[in-house]
Amino acid sequence: MIRVVLPIHLQRLANTGREVELQVDGQVTQNSILDALEIRYPMLRGTVRDHVTKERRAFIRFFACGEDISLEPSGVPLPEPVANGKERFMIVGAMAGG
Amino acid sequence: MSNVRVLVGTRKGAFILTSNEKRKKWNVTGPHFPGWEIYHVNGSPVDPKRLYASQSSGWFGQLIQRSNDGGNSWEAVENKFTYEGDPGTHQTFDGTQQPWVFKRVWNLTPSLADPDTVFAGVEDAALFRTADGGKSWQELPGLRSAKGHLWQPGAGGMCLHTILLDPGNPNRIFIAISAAGAFRTDDGGQTWLPINSGLKSNFELPDPTAEVGHCVHNLAMHPTRPGVLFMQKHWDVMRSDDAGGTWHEVSGNLPSDFGFPIAVHAHEPETVYVVPIKSDSEHFPPDGKLRVYRSRKGGNEWEALTKGLPQEDCYVNVLRSAMAVDKLDSCGIYFGTTGGQVYASADSGDTWAPIVRDLPAVLSVEVQTLP
Repeated sequence: MIRVVLPIHLQRLANTGREVELQVDGQVTQNSILDALEIRYPMLRGTVRDHVTKERRAFIRFFACGEDISLEPSGVPLPEPVANGKERFMIVGAMAGG
Repeated sequence: MSNVRVLVGTRKGAFILTSNEKRKKWNVTGPHFPGWEIYHVNGSPVDPKRLYASQSSGWFGQLIQRSNDGGNSWEAVENKFTYEGDPGTHQTFDGTQQPWVFKRVWNLTPSLADPDTVFAGVEDAALFRTADGGKSWQELPGLRSAKGHLWQPGAGGMCLHTILLDPGNPNRIFIAISAAGAFRTDDGGQTWLPINSGLKSNFELPDPTAEVGHCVHNLAMHPTRPGVLFMQKHWDVMRSDDAGGTWHEVSGNLPSDFGFPIAVHAHEPETVYVVPIKSDSEHFPPDGKLRVYRSRKGGNEWEALTKGLPQEDCYVNVLRSAMAVDKLDSCGIYFGTTGGQVYASADSGDTWAPIVRDLPAVLSVEVQTLP
């Protein structure tokens, strides 16, 4: 199972805890994780990435294995520790604004 | 005994204020959706328990929330707003063309006949409609054909912020966009006519009497007289007696004719309310005195309403969607400030008192009069 950490506002929206577990079939990429997330929690569609273009929203960042992977291509396989559930895929709201 | 429910949208959540017809003691719930910008909360006139809220954030984008129980519980409904076809471009501050990009929903106006039908005014300016309670949204693209390439953003964005439905003609809708102007459809939204004749924007437009491009801040009408419209423009308070065909200025003796909201008394179609703001570069009341101005003659002759409002050192703003009236026999007027106060008057504006004083900056105020 893939472990995904959500920011507080999306936890409340989806009525979940901080971490959710997702079954991802095939390669584990940013895209496949977000596809699975949006199927499981349809209310999150459009909140992490654009409905149509699928681009990450500007103030959202992705972290895994201690690295900011936000700018990595969204279709590239993620590190093995994320794919096997040892490390978490973190969706983070950037620190900005007041 | 009747009740009132005041729906308040703020920079950091929604609040619901309820009282009985005396409007002395208030129950406050919230924040609903804490931390989110709530541009608008509005209720269905035919099913007052049905509420819709526009919830947005710079981080997570736009959400639409729906309640079937008067705001006790909410469910997120469809938040996908896609322009019909290729939306093309609009003007921007430097005169260049920019592509249309959806940013947020400013206004949610439920149908006068069907709680599942709601109109949504969005930024970049367009009008959407749902007929299934928010499960899907479709644009009415004919509006953008009304010289949309000449529209441009005001300081708050290129937003469709006002929607008025004609109670006597379901095919007639008035909308206003900053900075494009006012528009009217007479065929249910298929085609739209700019209704800006008589507006003069001497400081904002190269052609002060241009057909489109005016920074209209808000429109108001009385439901029994939908052909008479009142407008708070960037500068100037205006009136039309022919459904927007022509406008004439009714600013009269106001201390400033700059402002944002405008409202009409529930039972007196010639009684109008505005909140003068010093200028477009100083968004606070003149002289530090928070005054609502009332005209009982449809404009031109205005009186300051001050009892219960701060008359010194007050430098808040009142935004365009932040004033509303109830329909009780003694008409109530409500407005919210960027300082987080929501003031209420239960006597048509003669006296005022704060319902709450310390909310986040208020973006919108609507009122439901409940049986």
